Amino acid sequence: MIPANFEYYRPDSVAAALGILQEHGDEARVIAGGHSLIPMMKLRMAEVPHLIDLQAIAALRGISIEGGTVRIGAMTTQNELITHDDLLQAAPILREAALQIADPQVRYMGTVGGNVANGDPGNDMPGLFQALDASFELHGPEGIRSVPARDFYEAAYMTAREDDEILTAITFARTSGGYAYEKQKRKIGDYATAAAAVLLTKEGGKVATAAIAMTNLSDTPVFCADAAGALVGTECTTDALAAADAAMQAVIDPMQDNRGPAEFKRHVAGVILKRAILRAWSRA
Amino acid sequence: MAKKLVTLTVNGETHELAVEPRELLIYVLREKLRLTGPHVGCETSHCGACTVDLNGKSVKSCTVLAAQADGAEITTIEGIGKPDALHVLQEMFREHHGLQCGFCTPGMITRAYRLLQENPTPTEEEVRFGISGNLCRCTGYQNIVKSILAAAEQMNAMKEAAE
Repeated sequence: MIPANFEYYRPDSVAAALGILQEHGDEARVIAGGHSLIPMMKLRMAEVPHLIDLQAIAALRGISIEGGTVRIGAMTTQNELITHDDLLQAAPILREAALQIADPQVRYMGTVGGNVANGDPGNDMPGLFQALDASFELHGPEGIRSVPARDFYEAAYMTAREDDEILTAITFARTSGGYAYEKQKRKIGDYATAAAAVLLTKEGGKVATAAIAMTNLSDTPVFCADAAGALVGTECTTDALAAADAAMQAVIDPMQDNRGPAEFKRHVAGVILKRAILRAWSRA
Repeated sequence: MAKKLVTLTVNGETHELAVEPRELLIYVLREKLRLTGPHVGCETSHCGACTVDLNGKSVKSCTVLAAQADGAEITTIEGIGKPDALHVLQEMFREHHGLQCGFCTPGMITRAYRLLQENPTPTEEEVRFGISGNLCRCTGYQNIVKSILAAAEQMNAMKEAAE
């Protein structure tokens, strides 16, 4: 319950935050909403001698939708995602997913950038942004670079972000067609036993494009290109769903934990994927 | 580590305090300001017994550093009503038996207070989802939901009467 002590900083620009990060190297970490990091610090699983609070950096906030591109500042909270009406028009899957994350209090504080940068495979947004083919904007001492969500996750808590970089924004194209974020969990606030993000478009009564990613079924989110490919050109028939399931099963790698053994998670993953596809199809 | 001077406006009163950066807001409220209504029921940010209103948001004060709250306006259960002038929510929790041991109640009412600001006419389902960050070991929630729905109705009637 009691974190180890640290120095606290509240810079008001990305440049100032980067300066502190550089000065202290891996002794420093940024804090966003604090709802993954503070719990880890309370359990002394994370020790952070220099804590850089990003709350005063206005450039990290806000949602903009220009042309076909949606840009979400890293410090945007889950609650802001849920209550943003233009975002609901541009990418309704975000509200559907955010409402399945944590609980009201956590959603007022927890940020989208923290969710994706954390690297915990239990987080819901990473798979969702892989399905959306989003890019993560990283600011470092050398400048800004952009990493596709589909290339960002390496292993549990290991991402393409370098220690001296800050994830500042997420961008992706406005969506059209059907969508679903389907999550099986033991109770409110739990990480998924299995969850699926599905986006698909329809043309001439058949699936024209599809994207699928699965959550908490490996040590990273799992983008399932072949499962999505199995749907294209079909009417989401039983056979197409079975083919998508088989392709998804080939790339997930669930681990046994309190949520159940691997075989059970594979079963749940299949059920969840089917539900998500059918809901997305019904909305397409 | 250097202590940090923070300014917290709590229940309308401004306090300047020197805190260690690691001090959690819940402990500053309870131990320094002696506002012992908000409680600690867990160390994993689940139970919501420590819920306070911070800059118009329901937050779990066990998962906020006092340093992060520097400059914030905070309302605790002590600022929602007084023993001789209860808030409607407090009246309704009493009338509808929305509490037993009372340990979750300050957090529960503080959360319900914000929920009804954002959604003055919630359905039962919306109330249940809206308080899902608050655990209760005693009531089974049923009477808490009744209390909140009754409070919403009364608050709306009072608002209408005032117009």
